[in-house]
Amino acid sequence: MSILYFVVQQTMFFAIPLLIVAVGGMYSERSGVVNIALEGIMIMGALAGTVFIHLTDGVMSGQGVLLIALLISGGVGGIFSLLHAFAAIKLKADQTISGTALNMFAPAFAILVARTLLGVQQVPFKNSFLISKVPLLGDLPLIGPMFFQKSYITTYIGLLIFAAAAFVINRTRFGLRLRACGEHPGAADSVGVNVYRIRYAGVLISGVLAGVGGLVFIIPTSTVFNASVAGYGFLALAVLIFGQWRSRKIFFAAFFFAVMKTLASAYSAIPVLKDLPFPNEMYKMFPYLATLIVLAFISKNSQAPRASGVPYDQGSR
Amino acid sequence: MKHKHHFFESEGFASFISSVLAIACGLLFGLGILFISNPSQAYGGFMMVVQGCFTDGLAGIGLMLYYAVPIIMTGLSVGFAFRTGLFNIGASGQFTAGAFAAVYVGVKWTFLPEGIHWLVAILAAMLAGALWGLIPGLLKAYRNVNEVIASIMMNYIGMYLVNYLVRNTIYDQMKNQSLGVKSSAYLPTAGLENIFAGSKLNIGIFIAILCVVIIHVLLSRTTFGYELKACGKNENACKYAGINAKRNVVLSMVIAGALSGIGGALLYLSNTGKYLQVLDVIAPEGFNGICVALLGQSSPIGILFAGLFIAYITVGGGNMQLFNFVPEVIDIIVAAIIYCGALSLLIRNLLERIKVKKRQARERGEGQR
Repeated sequence: MSILYFVVQQTMFFAIPLLIVAVGGMYSERSGVVNIALEGIMIMGALAGTVFIHLTDGVMSGQGVLLIALLISGGVGGIFSLLHAFAAIKLKADQTISGTALNMFAPAFAILVARTLLGVQQVPFKNSFLISKVPLLGDLPLIGPMFFQKSYITTYIGLLIFAAAAFVINRTRFGLRLRACGEHPGAADSVGVNVYRIRYAGVLISGVLAGVGGLVFIIPTSTVFNASVAGYGFLALAVLIFGQWRSRKIFFAAFFFAVMKTLASAYSAIPVLKDLPFPNEMYKMFPYLATLIVLAFISKNSQAPRASGVPYDQGSR
Repeated sequence: MKHKHHFFESEGFASFISSVLAIACGLLFGLGILFISNPSQAYGGFMMVVQGCFTDGLAGIGLMLYYAVPIIMTGLSVGFAFRTGLFNIGASGQFTAGAFAAVYVGVKWTFLPEGIHWLVAILAAMLAGALWGLIPGLLKAYRNVNEVIASIMMNYIGMYLVNYLVRNTIYDQMKNQSLGVKSSAYLPTAGLENIFAGSKLNIGIFIAILCVVIIHVLLSRTTFGYELKACGKNENACKYAGINAKRNVVLSMVIAGALSGIGGALLYLSNTGKYLQVLDVIAPEGFNGICVALLGQSSPIGILFAGLFIAYITVGGGNMQLFNFVPEVIDIIVAAIIYCGALSLLIRNLLERIKVKKRQARERGEGQR
């Protein structure tokens, strides 16, 4: 039983950042702007958050620090993503260009900032955020140990963000307009929707969520931030495509991948998997291989938002 | 006079001007970053970047060429795929696959005679890279799998698979890396090490240039290249015109993969003490290739110069450490240059407007006469 609890707890650490960032990416792409800068934005968010936690060490403590850090990460991510939005929307540039530039800029900038502020390349931070047991809920049988013990507040925030984001894009007027801008911006424009403003909003939301996701990824997995989120931004991009740009499918894609990843990294603790005659690297490879195989079967009707990646020019309506 | 007119109004001139402006903006931005982080050393550090490889004379030029070769190859791979409408984010995996194949042949196939050994190693790398491009290509063409996600997955699969294979075939346990290749698998130096004394330059740069020329000819002078480009622009129109679009997607990815694979071979066969490390890190050369391709605006010749340029300021970045700056500042500058490349449309529009105005003025002048 304890193995099951362990697997579920670990899965959360992998799944939540993927989920938040992929949903962020969904906002950008459904509004019509391809955002491959997720990786870079995550790094900037994680940088801002960890530097804040590092600097407030000894001054403040407790979950409040983490909450403020998350807000800062989101803010920095949002501001950083505006660079992408400006190039993609205002300048009508090829959207891979500014995305790649942001991805290249972020890790270098993180190293520079850490060296300038702290004198070392890595940002260490004290991780005092683990919740050993949520009151009341943690005592529930089965569910308690799985979801409400040895967890981070980020898990619940992540799920809340996902629920809110899914609701907004599917059930609100803003969400409808955003989706219209990604499918047929000309039609949206003709009924009075400001395509440019909606797209700015889409990219901004993706930036805020990716920034938050960066910190959410770093907190449970490390006590030091080393200018990298280990390719999770690109994996989130993969989850977004795997989830076919739809919130519910993204949810399943993120958890599918996270479960695979957990099994791959914790296989030696799981009796059934341990006895299989596979080498270590095969387990590590497994999540990616499984994703590729699943994709081969489910992608037949996969269709990116039609206007995604195409700059909107009002003059050519 | 008429010719001059044509030149200044040509497309090539517009992209040249916008590239120069982008580089100038990027360098200025870098200077600003240096001033903010350490004002007293900023000027000296910045001059190191501008002087690039020339600080170290001929050895520096040799170093620049050595840095340039792999990123020209991955840049060519990404740029070629761009031209055919595909985003090959998997150059890293293809590069790693090629590197492994080359090192494997270099270590194990010692029965090959001198003079052939390195050639076979490069061919093996080409095939391995092509295979790593083939899989996303097939998935894209026949299963409608987005090539971006398939390539990202192939990057990770390639990394872990190569780690596994290195560990089980050509492993140096003491150093946690691959064994050294036999000297007959080193790329010939053809006397270059005498010209660029102090560097380990070899014919890799000529192979890279050869690839650039081949891709240039393929894209702009052959029917096949035309078909590939057409498929990138409009797949449906291609099908209507009787072009086998599916086959072309697969071939594009195979060629792109082969180019990255050769890049892996050229780096790891260059006798510079570079070994395949068993680390869980995706090869950065692939992502740098995206930058090179974008900076070179996806044209093979542009990519050649973009690769040389990035290598040039990378050497400068190494020298910048003398002034207590981290070499990552170079990445910031390159990022700024690429970002400013996004301004190219703005500049082009400006040039276009000037052109139109001039023409209007000319026509008005003729009308009055």
